[in-house]
Amino acid sequence: MTSINEFGDYETAWCPGCGNFSILKAVKKALTDSELRPHEILFVSGIGQAAKTPHYLNANVFNGLHGRSLPVATGAKLANPDLNVIVESGDGCNYGEGGNHFLAAIRRNINVTLLVHNNQVYGLTKGQASPTSSEGFVTKAQPDGTMSSPFNPVAVAVAMRAGFVARGFSGMIDHLSGLIQQGISHRGLAIIDILMPCVSFNKVNTLSWYKERCEPLPSSYDATDWTKAMGTAYEWGDKIPVGVIYKNNRPSFGERLPVLQQGALVDRDVNMTMVKQVMNGYK
Amino acid sequence: MGKNKRHILNILIGGEAGQGIVTVGNLLSKSLVRSGYSIVVTQDYQSRIRGGHNTFSIRVGTDKVVAPQEQADILVALDRDTVAFHRSYLSPNGLVVLDDSLDINDDSFLKVPFKEITQKKFSNIAALGVVCSLLGLNESLVSEMIGEALGGDEAGLSEENSRVFIAATAWTDINAPSSYRLATPVNTINGQLMMNGNEAIALGAIAGGMKFAAFYPMTPATSIVLNLVHHAKKLNLIVEQAEDEIAAINMAIGASFAGAPSMVATSGGGFALMTEGISLAAMTETPVVVAVAQRPGPATGLPTRTEQADLEFVLHAGHGEFPRAIFTPGTVEECFYLTSKAFEMAEKYQGPMFLLTDQFLADSYRAVAPFDIENSPKANPARPIDISSPYKRFEITENGISPRLFPGMTSNLVVGDSDEHTEDGHITEDLSVRKQMVEKRLRKGEGILEEVIPPDFRGEDASDILLISWGSSMGAVQEAAARLRSDGEKVATLHFSQVWPLSPGQFMNHLEGAHEVISIESNATGQFSRLIRRETGFHIKRKILRYDGLPLTPEYILEGLKQIQVSEAG
Repeated sequence: MTSINEFGDYETAWCPGCGNFSILKAVKKALTDSELRPHEILFVSGIGQAAKTPHYLNANVFNGLHGRSLPVATGAKLANPDLNVIVESGDGCNYGEGGNHFLAAIRRNINVTLLVHNNQVYGLTKGQASPTSSEGFVTKAQPDGTMSSPFNPVAVAVAMRAGFVARGFSGMIDHLSGLIQQGISHRGLAIIDILMPCVSFNKVNTLSWYKERCEPLPSSYDATDWTKAMGTAYEWGDKIPVGVIYKNNRPSFGERLPVLQQGALVDRDVNMTMVKQVMNGYK
Repeated sequence: MGKNKRHILNILIGGEAGQGIVTVGNLLSKSLVRSGYSIVVTQDYQSRIRGGHNTFSIRVGTDKVVAPQEQADILVALDRDTVAFHRSYLSPNGLVVLDDSLDINDDSFLKVPFKEITQKKFSNIAALGVVCSLLGLNESLVSEMIGEALGGDEAGLSEENSRVFIAATAWTDINAPSSYRLATPVNTINGQLMMNGNEAIALGAIAGGMKFAAFYPMTPATSIVLNLVHHAKKLNLIVEQAEDEIAAINMAIGASFAGAPSMVATSGGGFALMTEGISLAAMTETPVVVAVAQRPGPATGLPTRTEQADLEFVLHAGHGEFPRAIFTPGTVEECFYLTSKAFEMAEKYQGPMFLLTDQFLADSYRAVAPFDIENSPKANPARPIDISSPYKRFEITENGISPRLFPGMTSNLVVGDSDEHTEDGHITEDLSVRKQMVEKRLRKGEGILEEVIPPDFRGEDASDILLISWGSSMGAVQEAAARLRSDGEKVATLHFSQVWPLSPGQFMNHLEGAHEVISIESNATGQFSRLIRRETGFHIKRKILRYDGLPLTPEYILEGLKQIQVSEAG
């Protein structure tokens, strides 16, 4: 049995009331419920307030560059598939700076859990529009309102038939924790877009704004129905559905790699006899 | 008869892309290497898949050949452009071998009735037959090679190729002069390999312990990773084509952080995208080997040609201050050993290490002695046994090197951060910690400096002329110097196979002892001579520079020296 206390309790750099606190709680609960020990987990994050989360719990951590957590996670998972690799970063990091990596990770279907703290605004750089900000969202950098239409990560992921696509809400900790736990056990890329308030810079999409709208999908919802899932992915209005929106059983990247069927790269030495054979092929 | 045989010859095969120039070039090169000869191959091709003018030139010698040559002794023209472009480079007693259907009237040409010998599609194999007969190579050895290389599943194709080859040699035996026969090789190396620079980099990487590589295709670096892919299953390697170069370097860093020695390979433009990742590798102290195969820039430049203009770029790439080493192989052998060495150094000093090569060396096949795989340098992840508790990934140490563990391999937690961090890897803005961490990272540079490979000095001290070179021009400079010495001039050479860091104590006496120092580089501004001045204060005033996309040759260097002498006399 893993105890939640193993993951520690640290002072953070977040504003009081930040949605990140609830997400951190849900993550720790999901790890405990998954019976994972701190050393079995590798968190990879980018830059932003969300990307600091791994510093506030006990685990292996690689806190890399803005937008680049998915490639780092991909490399680490391929080197050692026994690691439980979790990417944790924000909407700017994953959908803006790292947009190409998001698409490529879905196509690759690497066995990594992706947690995107989505508060629809840039927090660390003090309040510019993010890729998910709604049209017309006014900031100091976009005084006339954001003119670009918002990126819908859930719809894009479903359209690309990602293996596991979920939306959670920081105000529903137990529900979110359940999603994360399912994501961890999913074999392949598990995407969990997590709606959360930014108390300092998003005065539109506040905690109560989300609370009024976020509603768990009914138990009768069939997440394997792709056509239905496409519709669900676009529901964003008075009601925002949360839960597992789409899933399938695509084999993960690692499962398809013949080399990894022999074990983790990190455990094996290079076969110098074979290297010599390769060299002799040039005679 | 025997005394008229040739000891060194340059064969240039030219034609359109799609005519099988590279196939015939490879087959001829391998036939020569298996027959015990030494070769230097230069490939010049245009950035397109079909059409365009391409050449494959093989300089072959009975003794060690070290440099390419511009003049052709045998010019094999599979198209009219080859004659038009290269006829002026024919040596005084040179021979043009021509498809007689090309209808160029010149009695001095050896016009081969390719149409009679072959159907049009095998004209490259017919050309191979002609050259083999001209050189007097063992026909059964070449025939066997054709079977090996082109046999494959289509037995009929192999038979047809053999028939064409035999018919072409038979025709040539009767109709061609015998004055191009090669003498017997001297100093034959048993079981010599035929390998180009990029193949040797790939082999050096796997011998050095590489387990993971990520890349985005870019000429002229792509063949490094294609060679790795070719051997990946046998050697349990993972080689992943990333969505872009930014992803490639970050994947390599992720894999290395988790414990798999990793590399990336790219050219200037792709490396530009990677530079943020270089800085990340330095800050997180993650080993990564970066191979940069140079081509002429700026921007897309000349994608398939050669240059040495990214020295300053690689030297300064990545924001912030951190130590690095830059290896610049001068030969195919050095491509192998320096790549292995880069893996050893990356692992030892926990950071990015660079291998700077170029298109000329990347594509240049050579005959090389088999490498000492067992004793070549290895990435040797020192798994620390006594870990103080709690584990500190970035423990401050005297030499700057901290004990490195891999996540998940022990119960210790491994934390790395691109932010400035504490000894245990967590983000900090404690400015006294910042200062200590900067100093710790830079202390690793002192160790790297102690291990610098000294430049190779050849000749006598107090020479009249000292030629300075780095990277792939090594052979051209050494041959130019040898020719001058045989004319009685006092010429020495100083070649750098590692251009950073520089350890002036290793070479200042040579610079100061020479009457005149001349820097030879494939760039327009003399980047290396500028670096030497910055580091030592020594001003190299005279330079021979080449930046037309073609490799430095002994002829080019000798001509450059002549011009320097003329301008000084004037």
